[in-house]
Amino acid sequence: MSMLDSKIPEGPIERKWTDHKGHIRVVAPANKRRIDVIVVGTGLAGASAAASLAELGYNVKAFCFQDSARRAHSIAAQGGINAAKNYQNDGDSVYRLFYDTVKGGDYRAREANVYRLAEVSANIIDQCVAQGVPFARDYGGLLDNRSFGGVQVSRTFYARGQTGQQLLLGAYSALMRQVGKGAVKMFDRHEMLDVVVIDGKARGIIARNLITGGIERHGAHAVLLCTGGYGNVFFLSTNAMGSNVTAAWKAHKRGAFMANPCYTQIHPTCIPVSGTHQSKLTLMSESLRNDGRIWVPKSLEDAQAIRDGKKKGSDIPEADRDYYLERRYPAFGNLVPRDVASRAAKERCDAGFGVNKTGEAVYLDFGAAIQRYGKQQATLQHIDDPTAEQIRELGTAVVSEKYGNLFDMYENIVGENPYLHAMKIYPAVHYTMGGLWVDYNLQTTVPGLFALGECNFSDHGANRLGASALMQGLADGYFVIPYTVGDYLADDIRTGPIDIKNTAFDEAEKAVTERIDHFLNNKGTKPVDDFHRRLGKVMWDKCGMARNAQGLQEAITEIRRIREEFWKDVRVPGKANEFNQELEKAGRVADFLELGELMCKDALERNESCGGHFREEYQTPEGEALRDDADYAHAAAWEWTGEAGAANLHKEELKFDVVKLTQRSYK
Amino acid sequence: MRNMKLTLKIWRQSGPNAKGEMKTYPVNDVSEDMSFLEMLDVLNDDLVRKGEEPIAFDHDCREGICGSCSLFINGEAHGPGRMITTCQLHMRKFKDGDTIHVEPWRSGAFPVIKDLAVDRSAFDRIQAAGGFVSVNTSGNLVDGNAVPIPKDDADTAFDAATCIGCGACVATCVNSSAMLFVAAKVSQFALLPQGKPEAKRRVLAMVEQMDKEGFGNCSNTGACEVECPKGISLEHIARMNREYLTASATKD
Repeated sequence: MSMLDSKIPEGPIERKWTDHKGHIRVVAPANKRRIDVIVVGTGLAGASAAASLAELGYNVKAFCFQDSARRAHSIAAQGGINAAKNYQNDGDSVYRLFYDTVKGGDYRAREANVYRLAEVSANIIDQCVAQGVPFARDYGGLLDNRSFGGVQVSRTFYARGQTGQQLLLGAYSALMRQVGKGAVKMFDRHEMLDVVVIDGKARGIIARNLITGGIERHGAHAVLLCTGGYGNVFFLSTNAMGSNVTAAWKAHKRGAFMANPCYTQIHPTCIPVSGTHQSKLTLMSESLRNDGRIWVPKSLEDAQAIRDGKKKGSDIPEADRDYYLERRYPAFGNLVPRDVASRAAKERCDAGFGVNKTGEAVYLDFGAAIQRYGKQQATLQHIDDPTAEQIRELGTAVVSEKYGNLFDMYENIVGENPYLHAMKIYPAVHYTMGGLWVDYNLQTTVPGLFALGECNFSDHGANRLGASALMQGLADGYFVIPYTVGDYLADDIRTGPIDIKNTAFDEAEKAVTERIDHFLNNKGTKPVDDFHRRLGKVMWDKCGMARNAQGLQEAITEIRRIREEFWKDVRVPGKANEFNQELEKAGRVADFLELGELMCKDALERNESCGGHFREEYQTPEGEALRDDADYAHAAAWEWTGEAGAANLHKEELKFDVVKLTQRSYK
Repeated sequence: MRNMKLTLKIWRQSGPNAKGEMKTYPVNDVSEDMSFLEMLDVLNDDLVRKGEEPIAFDHDCREGICGSCSLFINGEAHGPGRMITTCQLHMRKFKDGDTIHVEPWRSGAFPVIKDLAVDRSAFDRIQAAGGFVSVNTSGNLVDGNAVPIPKDDADTAFDAATCIGCGACVATCVNSSAMLFVAAKVSQFALLPQGKPEAKRRVLAMVEQMDKEGFGNCSNTGACEVECPKGISLEHIARMNREYLTASATKD
């Protein structure tokens, strides 16, 4: 029997959160002043949690490695945020959002957490509006919505293609308000390098001041990790360059279990790789699939001609195009979930239908949308018999109004006008559904250590639906943790300040310092990125969109080899007591090199396909993910045992009381 | 496609109090598909292999939204090209044989940390002075649609809110003025009903903090608007000035 207690409250699913909130303990205002909370990371989860806890009266210390809290990578989220408001009268409800998310996650998420997420989703929109977040509105002055993948209602709220930016700036403004009041002490350009555990409880962190290189001790009664995902283990991803697993990995090594690390989301619509110099990949928002149609040529000859530069996409007549998503999934068409769309693109490209030089790209075409909107506008503007040119112009204007910033971004990177030529896109690593295992209260297996947002594993199962990451980050920070952390802290009202002279701090600080010294004194020859790129390639080739047992075993061997070489041969210039970006990267890549192995091990252990985890051995005759609910309807939570690759597996059985497990279908 | 050879002249400064200088680095084999920062990655990779110190510069999202990157390239904030940040600048904007000058943001309020990285925490302090709506997290708010907001107001507020806080406006301004940055935030809230109740307090507090940080005055040259990667309009400065005048005239 597993030692994991998910602490899911009793009672019917729609009562669980309300009843739980009503019964857990709270900390009185006068006692909150005696309690310190550390929040690591200032993205949507971290900024909203830090602000909300400070408003309640706790003493909060917030940390981010960026030069300002406002720059956390939530800022780059484009498309939108889901909420069960049913403003469109299209049949949306808390239940439908819950159901779509469980189904979208291929039945590998915890029902109770997902239901709560759906329940608080509507509050998030109200909260953000109250903060002055300028969501898109219609002419009546009311909030506008659009559709995202994997659902059949319009429940996504947005602010042009910059929703993440606007939501984060809202949370950041709430955070800065508390900083101004002295309720939050902000530590930017600080990186957390270890969690300090005293008598089995998380009691602080070791952080490095990235400007001075100073190693600092910070004590607290609870530590909240809001440090995002680990997609950068693949080197190339849509994550920011600094996004890393270090905080979560250190927590893992201190006793926090890592759950479902192999669940990686490969986003179908990204700008394809252009060369070996590439440092990151750029996402083209899923919202584009509202209007863009995805296709490749029907014939291999046409695809070859396009790759050779002898033909363009526009030369291929309508009848010779294969709109493969519309063909395979008529009910959802271009708006199938991300895992399904990505695999379908890979399938076509592997079969030789790719449309760029590397053969790894498909078209995302707005030609039909421009025509449709152009005709609509002509009617609205009473233009009788519009010319083809007029229709094109009018339609282009509408598309530009909706997606202008994304089109500009594309043109900048690729050097081609996407209004005239169909965009070329290919899947890229985007999000990690796996993360630190948490119970219903968002507490990890280390008491006092909590994980919020992408950093935890709980809400998205094996595949996240579009516009749900922003929802989860803010739900956790604004509406879950302020309640659940109180229940834990109620035992700490008489504890008093945490003593940072405790030997646990000595020991953690020593380990941090020794590692830094090792890097700087290592007489290696190769820069950090050299190892990171090699690790990324192994991960992408063997633990990416499709995996198989043999490849995963090979990957483990290769990662071990790279890791060994890294420790012997990495060269980190500069000193410890200065701004040293190579040193920062070295620490992060060292952790990725251990995580990568665990991801492969987890993927190897899961002998089924589900969501973003596609094991080639397990597929339906149509090539869809084939789950094995009898043996794998569980979260795999890994316990560190002192050595990379030797983690112990614990299983949390996932019980589905409400949603019936079926083969996921988007046909 | 032929690759380019370039000569880079880059500001090197080992720490906040060290004396800096421009140093010359030849780079070969630059592909036109590289971003400017990827070109610097290649140079840094080479420097590390040769046992030299790589060039420090701030960067993160590399898609023009986080506001981390901050280079003054050939005398322009974020380099040639409009409406883009340095990370969105691609090498196809340059020609084989070009010499490119790369400097950090220059402003007394943005001290250099190392090489091309500067300290922009003054912006955070301005934000903390009043760049918010005083609303706590609440499980009991009014519905988001309870107060309709005219689409034009919401759109203009959004335009102002797209500021990424990169500091190009300050770096570009002959006076190192932060007016465009501050105006963007003041204007966003001034246009929305949620921002109205504390509009006076906000503009006074933010301007006061801006002055304390040592930013210069605005003399309406308009360079900030030209170099702003998000195209924040000078109209927002005009709106802030009106807000400020009204607030000053009517404060208790």
